[in-house]
Amino acid sequence: MNFDYSDEQKALKDQARRFLSDVCAPQVVRAVLEDPGRDHDAALWSRIGAQGWCGAAIPEAYGGFAFGYVELCGLAEELGRAVAPVPFASSIYQFAEALLQAGSEAQKLALLPDVASGALIGTLAFSEGPGIMSAQRLATQFSNGALNGVKIPVTDGCAAQRAVVLARNDTGTGLYLVDLEGPGVSRRSLSSIDPTRGAAELRFDNAPAEPLPGDDGLAQLARIHDRTAVLLAFEQLGGADRALEMARDYALERYAFGRQIGSYQAIKHKLADVFVKNEVARANAYYGAWALAGDAPELPLAAAAARVAASEAYWFAAKENIQAHGGIGFTWEADCHFYYRRAGHLGLAIGGRREWQRRLTDRLEASMASEQAAGARAA
Amino acid sequence: MNFEDTPEEARYRAQVRTWIADNAPDLEGLSTQERRNWHPRHKEVARRWQARKADAGYACISWPQDWGGAGGTAIQEAIFNQEEARAGVQFTYFMTGLNMLLPALLEHNRDALSLARVPPAVRGEEIWCQLFSEPASGSDSAGIRCTATRDGDDWVINGQKVWNSGAHVADYGMLVARTDPDLPKHKGMTVFWLDMKTPGLEVRPIRVMSGEAELNEVFLDEVRIPDAQRVGEVNGGWKVVISTLMNERAALGSGTGLSWRDVMQLAGSTPDGDGTVLQDPAFREWLADYYVRVEAVRLLSFRTLTSLSRGETPGPESSAGKLLWSNNTQEMTGHALDLQDHFGLLDGDEALAGGAFQHRFLWAPGLRLGGGTDEIMKNIIAERVLGLPGDIRVDKHVPFREIPHGR
Ligand SMILES: Cc1cc2nc3c(=O)[nH]c(=O)nc-3n(C[C@H](O)[C@H](O)[C@H](O)COP(=O)(O)OP(=O)(O)OC[C@H]3O[C@@H](n4cnc5c(N)ncnc54)[C@H](O)[C@@H]3O)c2cc1C
Repeated sequence: MNFDYSDEQKALKDQARRFLSDVCAPQVVRAVLEDPGRDHDAALWSRIGAQGWCGAAIPEAYGGFAFGYVELCGLAEELGRAVAPVPFASSIYQFAEALLQAGSEAQKLALLPDVASGALIGTLAFSEGPGIMSAQRLATQFSNGALNGVKIPVTDGCAAQRAVVLARNDTGTGLYLVDLEGPGVSRRSLSSIDPTRGAAELRFDNAPAEPLPGDDGLAQLARIHDRTAVLLAFEQLGGADRALEMARDYALERYAFGRQIGSYQAIKHKLADVFVKNEVARANAYYGAWALAGDAPELPLAAAAARVAASEAYWFAAKENIQAHGGIGFTWEADCHFYYRRAGHLGLAIGGRREWQRRLTDRLEASMASEQAAGARAA
Repeated sequence: MNFEDTPEEARYRAQVRTWIADNAPDLEGLSTQERRNWHPRHKEVARRWQARKADAGYACISWPQDWGGAGGTAIQEAIFNQEEARAGVQFTYFMTGLNMLLPALLEHNRDALSLARVPPAVRGEEIWCQLFSEPASGSDSAGIRCTATRDGDDWVINGQKVWNSGAHVADYGMLVARTDPDLPKHKGMTVFWLDMKTPGLEVRPIRVMSGEAELNEVFLDEVRIPDAQRVGEVNGGWKVVISTLMNERAALGSGTGLSWRDVMQLAGSTPDGDGTVLQDPAFREWLADYYVRVEAVRLLSFRTLTSLSRGETPGPESSAGKLLWSNNTQEMTGHALDLQDHFGLLDGDEALAGGAFQHRFLWAPGLRLGGGTDEIMKNIIAERVLGLPGDIRVDKHVPFREIPHGR
């Protein structure tokens, strides 16, 4: 049992934090937020690529650096803390994971080296309008080597060169690799609650597409999303921790009625409540990291728990950080809204709270059923 | 106890409902953007509606006719407000002036100069703003540092105000300034009203996190106003401030914006499995909890009415309404986005309901701050309603200059 990062992992995180405080200061985030023409910071992206972070969990055989998944979780935590305006989550937690989990050997060899270096940005396109995605609602169709349909929204759909797309086919559902710069693809950038992360609509009109092996796209997507959920939980945790620190710092320096506002129990208890939720998120995220790193059978349960806890913690920390800041916290000029926006974005990006709460309870049910079955066998 | 109108109230309600149906402005011609608060086209519609109401005797119904009101009752005014809200034609531009500042002004001043400001405000021709908060004085509304110094028949004002809603479009403002820093903080303040075009006054908009710029900073540099524009006694400003803040909380608690019906419609039009989100038991359970809280805010406003109709002043319990309303709104926007799942993060033209829920999501944090923060509302409930002892105060009995302060 070891409920912590190792010394090497801590050193990597520290180094990442220093690096990001240099190259991803709040004004870098703000510059993307304020420029409607940009949905990420390309220069920052290439610096992150040069650090080797994109390949942190990609095996050396596919051009990665294979530091490991716990290391990638640590980097995610730091990127979340810095509210980094880069397509890291789409390209690494979604696209790379989709290829690693579901791609053919040839697809992995062809694409992962460029993903690992940061030269290629990928994304995963699944949603088709409001509501939780399900087999009934999936309209995008693959036939005769081409895709037809509309995906909305797709995170980083404009920044990405490639996408793995969920579609139906003659027998069921599948995942398909598409060159977004190729024929039959049109895309447009959409406005969202977090302009520091890109959102897009992708239209496929006989777009050439290559199937990933497998015959149940929805099940494959769910497996990929479990892995994404753990990694996103670390981004959420990093953001929630940072929001708490901001609130604590402000509570120490702001005076009302002749006293520091942090001396009022209303503020103390508020921040203590944030802290407790962050600890709940941390505990579940670490367990998720362990399950992810070891491909443990507990992963589906641990991933859903990590996501539910992290989404709740980030939302709560982000809104109470604004509250503790008073009027200043509500301004555009203050950085508090970066976290509020990102908390909203990350909480919805691979499906919202309702969806993951359902999954978590389903998995708890399955887990109890298998415990009972094991108990019966033992008896 | 009876939540139904008396026959007389019912007649009045029927009469105003018909009048509103025949006269209400049409917002259909405005785009989603134009329909948002403070958009010039939206404001223009509001101004015309206010003038039409004034002509028909429906503006400031409970005010005496001398002030441009209709000489009616508080209950009639409340009925009209409810019907106006029901028809979706309630606007906030004139509320600061008409619900908050002018009643306080008229409570203390009856001179010709002050009285002359009332009829144009009632008609929506002049907008008022509240110039109370300062960088170091928000919750601590007696902590103001902006000074007013007597000079012959005039006062000279220097300092800075902040978070002033609508100051960029306002014609007049009510301001509180420190007139004696050697007295304890609550005892050395005086209230004034002033023309926002007075030389030396500069308004700079503040952009809020949702992107709009409807709050402002107001800088005052040697702003000279006559003593006739003083409201209440010299060094008696705290009393005036308190009466405006009580009016504000009573008004804020009543709330405007998206209702449970809007969330229900959103859920009904969002697919979920074979049906819609409206069929999801978890949503239904949440909506039930949400409904009892928002409905309570509406019903509690009847209690305010009851005390008004008895000629009493609404008490500190209106703080509960303000606290509930702002937190309900924030929670509701979170649920409204979440029920749409991934799609909920879009806020542009493709967003459901024209992006109204996303816009409200980004506005909700401000609702928990403006008009008194959550924490201050809870302190009021605990101390003034429940009678619990107040916090230990370090700022009450010492001269203002000696109070500890940070930034
Ligand atoms: C949308 C909006 C509209 C506004 N409109 C106007 C306007 O028109 N005119 C105007 O004059 N002002 C206006 N305000 C200002 C508003 O009244 C103040 O922002 C508010 O009172 C909080 O003050 P502050 O911003 O200085 O925060 P602070 O008072 O510094 O509060 C910071 C934090 O400390 C907490 N806190 C402070 N004191 C205590 C205590 N004793 N116990 C426990 N917790 C405490 C607060 O609750 C908050 O969480 C508006 C503000 C907003 C957001």
